[in-house]
Amino acid sequence: MASDIKILTDKINIPGIETFEVYRKNGGYAAVEKAIKKMSPDEIVEEVKKSGIRGRGGAGFPMGMKWSFLAKPEGIPRYLVCNGDESEPGTFKDHYLMKNIPHLLIEGMIVSSFALGANKSFIYVRGELMYVIRILEKAIEEAKNAGFLGKNILGSGYDLELVVQPGGGAYICGEETALLESLEGKRGNPRNKPPFPAIKGLYQSPTVVNNVESIATTSWIINHGGDEYAKLGIGRSTGTKLISASGHVKKPGVYEIELGLPVEEFIYSDQYLGGIREGHQLKAVVAGGSSVPILPANLIMKTANGEPRLMSYESLSDGGFATGTMLGSGGFIAMDETTCIVRNTWNFSRFYHHESCGQCSPCREGTGWMEKVLHKIEHGHGKMSDIDLLVDVAKRIEGNTICPLGDAAAWPVGSAIRHFRDEFEWHITHPHEATQKGAVFMNKSILV
Amino acid sequence: MEATQLIKVTVDGKTVEVPVGTTIMEAARMIGPEVAPPAMCYYKPLKGSGGKCRACLVKVAQGSEKDPRPMPKLVASCITQAQDGMVVENFSNPDVVNARKGIVEFLLINHPLDCPVCDQAGECHLQDFAFEHGLGTTRYDDERRTFEPEDIGDKIQLNKNRCILCYRCVYTAEQITDSRVHGVMYRGDHAEISTYISKAIENDFSGNVIDVCPVGALTDKTYRFKSRVWFSKPADAHCNCDKCSGKVNLWYKGDEVIRVTARKNQWGEVEDFICNDCRYEKKKTSDWVIEGPTKIPRHSVISANKYAANTIKKPEFAMDFAAHNFKEIDDNRDYNKSLEEIKKSGDYKNLMNKNKALLSK
Repeated sequence: MASDIKILTDKINIPGIETFEVYRKNGGYAAVEKAIKKMSPDEIVEEVKKSGIRGRGGAGFPMGMKWSFLAKPEGIPRYLVCNGDESEPGTFKDHYLMKNIPHLLIEGMIVSSFALGANKSFIYVRGELMYVIRILEKAIEEAKNAGFLGKNILGSGYDLELVVQPGGGAYICGEETALLESLEGKRGNPRNKPPFPAIKGLYQSPTVVNNVESIATTSWIINHGGDEYAKLGIGRSTGTKLISASGHVKKPGVYEIELGLPVEEFIYSDQYLGGIREGHQLKAVVAGGSSVPILPANLIMKTANGEPRLMSYESLSDGGFATGTMLGSGGFIAMDETTCIVRNTWNFSRFYHHESCGQCSPCREGTGWMEKVLHKIEHGHGKMSDIDLLVDVAKRIEGNTICPLGDAAAWPVGSAIRHFRDEFEWHITHPHEATQKGAVFMNKSILV
Repeated sequence: MEATQLIKVTVDGKTVEVPVGTTIMEAARMIGPEVAPPAMCYYKPLKGSGGKCRACLVKVAQGSEKDPRPMPKLVASCITQAQDGMVVENFSNPDVVNARKGIVEFLLINHPLDCPVCDQAGECHLQDFAFEHGLGTTRYDDERRTFEPEDIGDKIQLNKNRCILCYRCVYTAEQITDSRVHGVMYRGDHAEISTYISKAIENDFSGNVIDVCPVGALTDKTYRFKSRVWFSKPADAHCNCDKCSGKVNLWYKGDEVIRVTARKNQWGEVEDFICNDCRYEKKKTSDWVIEGPTKIPRHSVISANKYAANTIKKPEFAMDFAAHNFKEIDDNRDYNKSLEEIKKSGDYKNLMNKNKALLSK
């Protein structure tokens, strides 16, 4: 069901679209005019609810519902914070959007801030992306000069100040409460929930934290209506989704797909990834960024029931973690048979060990423990009992931590052993071969 | 005056009525120690503490009367508010006990159970926690982090080998002193408590970080290794102090006051923080008005052999649990667990004969 519908990327290739002038000429900021002049904040929230859009940061929580949770006490400011701290290995779609079409995000920020009653909003961008921060700041300046930001926007009496904040450069700062701590100038440690940010967020005030892609989508929803958006996609996975594809595919990059696209079509059709690199076969896929469970090629194409697997929240998670995975943030990593799953798992584990904030015991100690055991297996010093130890440690981290980083560290390990246990065993029984450069275990039975 | 609204909470089958806003931990504590979850980082007098060690995880089997659905994951009882009609499973749920056993194992990675040489032995919450869960070791077999003991001020020694990063000392310094000069540095398992650029902790209330430390990471240099805690005898005493409440415990070894600490409740939490003058400078009985022997309701080695048996509530859950679990010590060696089978073996018979011979002498 290849679809040409593009919501976020339809104008991205227009030369000069990063400038206010070109963006405006191509219909930009129409959503701001419509929202501020013709709609009430509640009507905007209602449209977002109708659209059925789910947060594009990874968790997939309904965005309209999140907005409706926002406490509205009198006399206390409310904040909108855009989470642009994208740093999950394999995920790079927000970066692409902010860099190429910054005004789309700013337009979404204005509409969303107006809907939520926020007069000061923040775009939190990973500190390393300084050039993106400069692009955004320039775009904000342009929007301000044109009267779309600042005091009395379009003569409506509504004021909005938009601030771009460089992040702390740590993966954990992308977790919404750690992001708020970082934004307040503190160490980026996640907060205990409850209270949720909708009740006590930035500076103890009601706050909504949304992902770049989610906020950028609101312009289209306002221009075309929530019902139109809800017609796109499949089931509860409405609309389109940016997928950042990488790995052993012919055409890696950022793709906007309509949710519900069959995974097989996404990988093999020329419109998208164009298949696996010449002469190789697909071995495994991480469908939603490195934190989601890895699936072998046969299970990513079809569910355990034999139905075609679709690019949607529901279809990808069909079968639970036994035979399914998650759409997550849309970081699609395809691996061919030359990939060593043990090495890959160790690599992911190194990342999560390095990025654990260290606040809670299971994550602080468990991520390091898993990495060390995986290091031993990868380097030919593993024991057979290490495999079960890894499973056990992963289980004891999963679900027991303050924030989802613990889960993100545990799921890749647990799933890799679940689906590729023989590869781990081979590493242990063939330590010399396993440590040879380029040596990989090839399980022909799971190749497609 | 407005009447306080009460809600009903059930923990391990025992129901209690508590005011709205009470956490599961506090509700369980109101029922008693037999259902109260362990706490390594939660410390009621310190605002914002809790939620980090995950030792107090519980299963919420029923969210509330209105919404009886269970919570999908285990929750930290110290930070989760109880709801009317909530049903909580604590020691009665094997998943909870197993998860906590995992926490013990994680904590033991970088905290050796070196009780024989640790000054905190007998007062260490991790020692209790490990004992209650039948786990004295960890399967982690890599190199541990090691640090040299560090003097942070003339009266406090920091031993980071034993630090479990509960953040209690950081909250104490933040909340009851004028300026905090220490905190957590680095991330993940590299995280460590440290002063900023080798500063000493110098303020009138700095000694309280020793009292809140659940393990032997922060110790009193004026007391270290003067005695084991079970050889000392605590007494309640007070004095007129212009800085603090002046309510303390004096720890006697014979007639000598070897240590002064703040008074703690049955959960090991300080009732009133005390100043450094009371802690370090007043170590004569004449400095104090003695109120009488300290009652120690918490199950503790401190109380062993000192008081009548009925003054201390025995931790039945812990005793039962430990007894049950120590039978199943993780051991990869191939051995027969059946006593009947063992009795048939030649080894057993030889051993019995040897014993008989020894006894007959």
